[in-house]
Amino acid sequence: MAEVEETLKRIQTHKGVIGIIVANAEGIPIRTTLDNSTTVQYAGLLHQLTMKARGTVRDIDPQNDLTFLRIRSKKHEIMVAPEKEYLLIVVQNPSE
Amino acid sequence: MFTDETLETVGTESSWRKSNQSEHDSRGCQTVPLETAETGAQAVRSSECGTQTEPEEPLTGQYLPDCGDLPDPPGLMDFLQRVEETVVKELVKNARSHAFDGFQVNWEERHDTVSCVHRLHHRDAQDRGLQASCLSWSCTGSVIACGFGRVDDGDWSTERAFVCTWNLERRGMDPGRPDLVIDTASPVMCLAFHPSQPSRIAGGLYSGEVVVWDTSRSQDLILAQTGMSEDAHRDPVYQVHWVPAGRRGEWAVLSGGSGGRVMLWSVGEDGRLALSSGYALLRQQLPHSGTLGKVRGSGCVGVTSLALSPWDPDVFLVGSEGGLLLKCSFSARTPAATATRVTSEGEGVALLAPARFSFSPRCGPVHTLHCSPFHRNLFLSAGTDGLAHLHSLLQPDPLLSLRVCDSYVFAVRWSPTRPLLFAAATAQGTVQIFQLDQRSLRPVAAIDQATGGRPTYCLEFNPQQPGLLASGSADGSVHVWRLSAELTEQEPRETAQLEQLANELAE
Repeated sequence: MAEVEETLKRIQTHKGVIGIIVANAEGIPIRTTLDNSTTVQYAGLLHQLTMKARGTVRDIDPQNDLTFLRIRSKKHEIMVAPEKEYLLIVVQNPSE
Repeated sequence: MFTDETLETVGTESSWRKSNQSEHDSRGCQTVPLETAETGAQAVRSSECGTQTEPEEPLTGQYLPDCGDLPDPPGLMDFLQRVEETVVKELVKNARSHAFDGFQVNWEERHDTVSCVHRLHHRDAQDRGLQASCLSWSCTGSVIACGFGRVDDGDWSTERAFVCTWNLERRGMDPGRPDLVIDTASPVMCLAFHPSQPSRIAGGLYSGEVVVWDTSRSQDLILAQTGMSEDAHRDPVYQVHWVPAGRRGEWAVLSGGSGGRVMLWSVGEDGRLALSSGYALLRQQLPHSGTLGKVRGSGCVGVTSLALSPWDPDVFLVGSEGGLLLKCSFSARTPAATATRVTSEGEGVALLAPARFSFSPRCGPVHTLHCSPFHRNLFLSAGTDGLAHLHSLLQPDPLLSLRVCDSYVFAVRWSPTRPLLFAAATAQGTVQIFQLDQRSLRPVAAIDQATGGRPTYCLEFNPQQPGLLASGSADGSVHVWRLSAELTEQEPRETAQLEQLANELAE
């Protein structure tokens, strides 16, 4: 099995993980463990939000940059690890 | 030339007695002796079959449909290796953390008490003693429509009545002066706003007419009506609903009346509602259930309430004047055993028998039915016995019966936000709010309408602002209440509790 899949599987085994999405710089999903429509929605929206968050951080201090994004909601916690080329999105249900 | 003459008197004897007597005649008749025969029937064959579904593939196996063939994009592996450690650290930390336990965000101003926001009324209706018989919120949640009529008067009435609408969002809204007053030819029994077009309202009248109004028009608000055709209801229409029609984005009007018919109308271009399917509920065609006992006689089952399942578009529930509670199906194909009118000028629609399942009957009319928006099998029914019954679609007997009041219950509605909460309108005038997880079976809140003990006939939650609850009373006033945060905010484990309740009680 490819190393990429193995890595995703390792992350998936952690407690409460619901899904993992890898998206490219345009917010188009490349790898996912969720169904199609959910994936497209998550990738598109979180890509926008991440870009906005990065812009905010850099506007406040041009020397600074966004490294990680965590969103706490009633039901989930969504984590986004951004980089120039890719985004890793992990959805977790922490109270599970 | 002229002389006196005496004429002899002539006498004729009256003969009416005699002629009457003479016309007597005697006949004899005899009915043919009744023939009776006895036959027995017994099914001798039985068969069994089983099915088994395959366990669902674990989700972890499907990294995008055809990713197996795709080569990994350059740099993806490096990226994942770089971020994996951080993400895993956060995941573990998160799973152990109790930082957010019991934390709740207050996005909106909290309301700790139930308060009356508006008391809407229409002077003409109040002067004439009309009652608020039905309510509906528009899909945007800003407009409320109230139908006026008479619920306590069983007489054939040709009294004129009104439908009034108020836009609660409008600046300078006057609770005593509706934005719009529509005159109707007979009392209004039911109303339903279109689920996506805020200007359309469907209504059912006491005369049996079903009307669709378009409030955005400046003149002649009637968009379509059934008129007095052969197919139409001839008895009061107790409930109207919008249901999705065959094509996407189109809606049809479903109406049920005390004549025992449930009709589906499509809104035609020519200002008429065209019958697209009709269902007749006849006593002899009802499905038997264990507790129903004998179905006696034949005749119609007068529909007093209708409810649609938000989960299954094929299912509708019917409550009747006689206390029957039926689960029906839109896809029924059995023709109704009715000898009366089926067609009009040969192009009518054949009536179908939709009933699939009978729940255990009540002793009086079932005034109201409502399906749970959070559980696909649960629904509530209430009527003259003063109890609210929690039913499962899967079994004939109610799961739970709650005493709401000592009088009639006219409406029950589930809360749109709290799975365990429902409200009930009573003939004593109060609106009672119940929470199903409490074993005490006492209402968590009772809202007094201050109408001098006159009944509350209708009750609706606002679909967009679930904190708003409207209730209409016999004195012709409509109260809009703002519920407290406790009654609108879902608690963390509520959905699971409802699920548990349904399973526990079903066993």
